[in-house]
Amino acid sequence: MSSFWSIWITVLSLGTLVGCYLLLRMCLTNFAGVEEGESMGHSFDGIEELNNPLPGWWSKFFLVTIAWAFGYLLLYPGLGNWEGLLGWKSSNQGILSLAESKAMVTASKEAGLLVQYDREIAAANARYNPIFEAYAARSIEDLATDKAALKVGQRLFLHNCSQCHGSDARGATGFPDLSDKDWLYGGTPEAIKESIMHGRRAAGMMPWKAALGGEQGVKEVAAYVLSLSNRKVDTELAKAGQTKFALCMACHGTDGTGSLAMGIAIGAPNLTDNTWLYGNSPRSVEESIRNGRAGVMPAWKELLGKEKVHVISAYVYSLSQK
Amino acid sequence: MKNKHELIEKNVGLFFIFTILAISIGGLVEITPLFFQAATNTPVDNLKPYTALQMEGRDIYIRDGCHTCHSQMIRPLRAETERYGHYSVAGEHVWEHPFLWGSKRTGPDLARVGGRYSDAWHIAHLYDPRSVVPESNMPAFKWLSENILDGELTGKKLEIFNRLTKNRSHKDAEGNPIPLYSAEEIAGAKSAVKGKTEMEALVAYLQSLGHALK
Repeated sequence: MSSFWSIWITVLSLGTLVGCYLLLRMCLTNFAGVEEGESMGHSFDGIEELNNPLPGWWSKFFLVTIAWAFGYLLLYPGLGNWEGLLGWKSSNQGILSLAESKAMVTASKEAGLLVQYDREIAAANARYNPIFEAYAARSIEDLATDKAALKVGQRLFLHNCSQCHGSDARGATGFPDLSDKDWLYGGTPEAIKESIMHGRRAAGMMPWKAALGGEQGVKEVAAYVLSLSNRKVDTELAKAGQTKFALCMACHGTDGTGSLAMGIAIGAPNLTDNTWLYGNSPRSVEESIRNGRAGVMPAWKELLGKEKVHVISAYVYSLSQK
Repeated sequence: MKNKHELIEKNVGLFFIFTILAISIGGLVEITPLFFQAATNTPVDNLKPYTALQMEGRDIYIRDGCHTCHSQMIRPLRAETERYGHYSVAGEHVWEHPFLWGSKRTGPDLARVGGRYSDAWHIAHLYDPRSVVPESNMPAFKWLSENILDGELTGKKLEIFNRLTKNRSHKDAEGNPIPLYSAEEIAGAKSAVKGKTEMEALVAYLQSLGHALK
């Protein structure tokens, strides 16, 4: 802050305090020329104003607050560039990048944590980091049997994952159910952790309407796809769809069991298990084929950190192990 | 005069002036100096201006009153940064006119909502919040997918933001201010948003939030 503004703030702040004190003193003096407790000379509907002094307790308390303000401004930053005798700060404002923010945290640690926010974080880290480190040292399979760890995992899940996957982890239209055994990118502990850490971006189901020769082609392929899950379909349509399904095999496999069965993580679902991410009606299957789909799972590494992701992975893994 | 108090007590105009003086001191000390501080006028390093589509989305955010239930201001408290990410700093908001910090959280803070959910989630959620979050009390904004942008005013909006942020833009190597939007961007603004739905614009805006400090 430039010295002009620093002086501006200091003069106005201290001036106000001094002004308050002078005003109080003035009000404690009897200027009215009327004896204390006597009438001021006006009467309204028989109600008179008396020249009573300010209550003693009130004016003394006012003095205490003024003294308090001087003490506060001496100890804490309030007067322009004056940083206060304690060196206390609420947070590092004025940073221009995350790197700068991190550097300031380190500096604050070296200075003995004078920044309130950093102090709060350090206290929480001291308390919770050992718990998460202990969890991180154990395998996800092992954690998935630990009730305490699962409780932590569930809490984190509810805060960060339930918006899409639901508070019971059973998903919603377009957002996978995590409690069944049907996986797009793999249900092993490693695959689950990878999905949460780095997110997933489906290779993307393209819109197929044009390539399939229009609406009829879409209906035929949808019928065939539904028949893979033993659904009741028009056999004529399904038969016609079977030949056109050749276009789908690159991602969904020759038998429609999906990319995971072929060992590749591109998120093309298994079409033979009667589990439908975007709804099980012929209409929604047709819609998927007609206009395509592209699911995205955001990456959580930066926001949650790998220790927390580890515990969430264990919770998610445990859901399909029941 | 015996009673000097009477001078103020019986003179409304004078009393008014003294009152204004007394209450303006707080603002003069706490607000006025901020207009001239580097910390409140320098954009953070990674700050990028809104694209034409995001700018339209921002106007829809204002029009539909999102800011009345959602704040965009993460306070430096652990309970907030655990949930939302790094606390907000002034340098992230130097190009906001008006700022959308909000003052009430019926819903969560959105200062860093960008990238947190997929586009598909935002579309489903805005169209019918309870389809993805059954506990939600957010209203549905179904019209967003029906209303089409014409982009008639988009270029003008970008131009205005160039003017508003003239003294607070990034600087090039020689220290010259770099305007938020180039002449080509302003000229191409209409075609960049024309035909897009309000839903697309709002989602683009939401996905851009908080990018500068992540």
